[in-house]
Amino acid sequence: MNVYRRLVYPYLVWMGIFIVIPMLLIVLYAFTAKSSNQVVSLRFTLENFQRFMDPVFLSILVKSLRLALVTTLLCLLIGYPLAYGITRRSEKAQAILILLVTLPMWINMLVRTYAWISLISDKGIINNLMSYFGLPAIQMMYTDGAVIMVMVYNFLPFMIIAIYTVLSKLDQSLVQASYDLGANRFQTFLRVIFPLSLSGVISGITMVFLPAVSTFVIPQLIGGGNYSMIGTFIEKQFINMGDWNFGSAISIVIAVIIMLSMQIANYFDKDPEDMQLKGRNL
Amino acid sequence: MIGSGKQKWLGSLGLIFMMLFFYLPIITLIFFSFNSSKSLSHFTGFSTQWYVALLRDNNALAAIRTTIVIAFISTIISTIVGTLTAIGLSKSSPVLKRVVSSINQLPILNPDIVTAVSLMILFSSIPMIQKGFGTMLLAHIAFSIPYVILTIMPKLRQLDANLTDAAMDLGATPLQALLRVILPQIAPAIISASLIAFTMSFDDFVISYFVTGNGVSNISILVYTMSKRTNPTINALSTLIVGGITVLLVIVNIVPLIKGNKENKKEKRMIQS
Repeated sequence: MNVYRRLVYPYLVWMGIFIVIPMLLIVLYAFTAKSSNQVVSLRFTLENFQRFMDPVFLSILVKSLRLALVTTLLCLLIGYPLAYGITRRSEKAQAILILLVTLPMWINMLVRTYAWISLISDKGIINNLMSYFGLPAIQMMYTDGAVIMVMVYNFLPFMIIAIYTVLSKLDQSLVQASYDLGANRFQTFLRVIFPLSLSGVISGITMVFLPAVSTFVIPQLIGGGNYSMIGTFIEKQFINMGDWNFGSAISIVIAVIIMLSMQIANYFDKDPEDMQLKGRNL
Repeated sequence: MIGSGKQKWLGSLGLIFMMLFFYLPIITLIFFSFNSSKSLSHFTGFSTQWYVALLRDNNALAAIRTTIVIAFISTIISTIVGTLTAIGLSKSSPVLKRVVSSINQLPILNPDIVTAVSLMILFSSIPMIQKGFGTMLLAHIAFSIPYVILTIMPKLRQLDANLTDAAMDLGATPLQALLRVILPQIAPAIISASLIAFTMSFDDFVISYFVTGNGVSNISILVYTMSKRTNPTINALSTLIVGGITVLLVIVNIVPLIKGNKENKKEKRMIQS
């Protein structure tokens, strides 16, 4: 009936070629054995996943999850007070502060990560300053600490913006009511402000955790060539080792982990207002 | 507003530390782009030699050109395709709508690296395809369209379908109704969708890195390969990028602020009179 419906058809074809087929190809590679000859011989197997169960490989996954969790936690602990602090300012100051927070987000992540190298390298600026004050040089490059710090640097703005967006819309009369009813500042924060800002906290957590767990640039530049996180490990399988089957299997593992964590986040993020909107759409 | 002086002072201190953390690396980067020696930690004197080196570096210039050309073409194509698809979807059956939007979720939710290797496998599986500029462009269009659709769909939901019907009842062809009734109403969403598509293409590293070939690089790939040894040319290039983005963002953000002030004043005057 409606003429505009036909506008969808070209994209259906495109979507098939550029989203569905590539995903199916990954699944196909993940569940088949590496073929030694040119002719692609399809031999279905779970070998690639079994291989990943090796403690050496699993430790890479565990390390990625651990570093991403620490990064997320740090971003939350630093980002929440800062976002809250920004909402306490005048409207004009808020606009400027938010612009200053968002500006680094627009700069290429490679450039932002590269910027740290001259600060923290062995003969970098920080170590120069240390030796100037007669302190021993510390090795920062190629350590977990440096990787975490640069991840926090790259992803903190997302956390601040996510929390600020919710906090700035918070109904101040509720906070006022809490004070009027005798709650102190701490109680008000714990029982009124924080629960109301939970949706922002959760979207901040997903916006930091997801890119952090699969990051490829930061471990490569800051961690160095021998530093392995799941992102760099996938790259190694595809680019250096040429083992697409194993690489695909790891890609599926990480994709599943991310989809699951999104589901968990959605489960916790049951904003009453959001529910109402969804109800209306039905 | 509420809060003792001491707390406000602590808050300001926190904000100052945040700004130092955010901007110190970027400022150092800019500072050393003007260094007269190759060192990135000892400032030996002012010079613009790294900018000259950048302008003479054919690889760098080619990468800048590739980045800009791909960003423009992929923005135009993904905005047009995404907008038309979104309009079509808004008139489609709920089943089709759900199928398309859940498939579109895949590249949005998937980590970049998974999308990247999936496209790499796709392009490598087709023997006729040479990896390079073309594959990079196709990949950029492919990862931008879902975001365009996602940005435009909510706006279309708010549209009054009767307006389009009315236009056609009054004799407009579907094309006329599309151009003169639907598109003007969703124009702001189209603009923000195209901005998202542009910045995503401009900043992309992971997907480009995996689907390119034949020595074709964009700025991100260039920075990645150059950063393996100290090279202040990257600082010069980065400074230009940071400068460009800052100017753009300040214009985009400050102009409405000033305009808004004027409008506020006008409103106040109207209320007063």
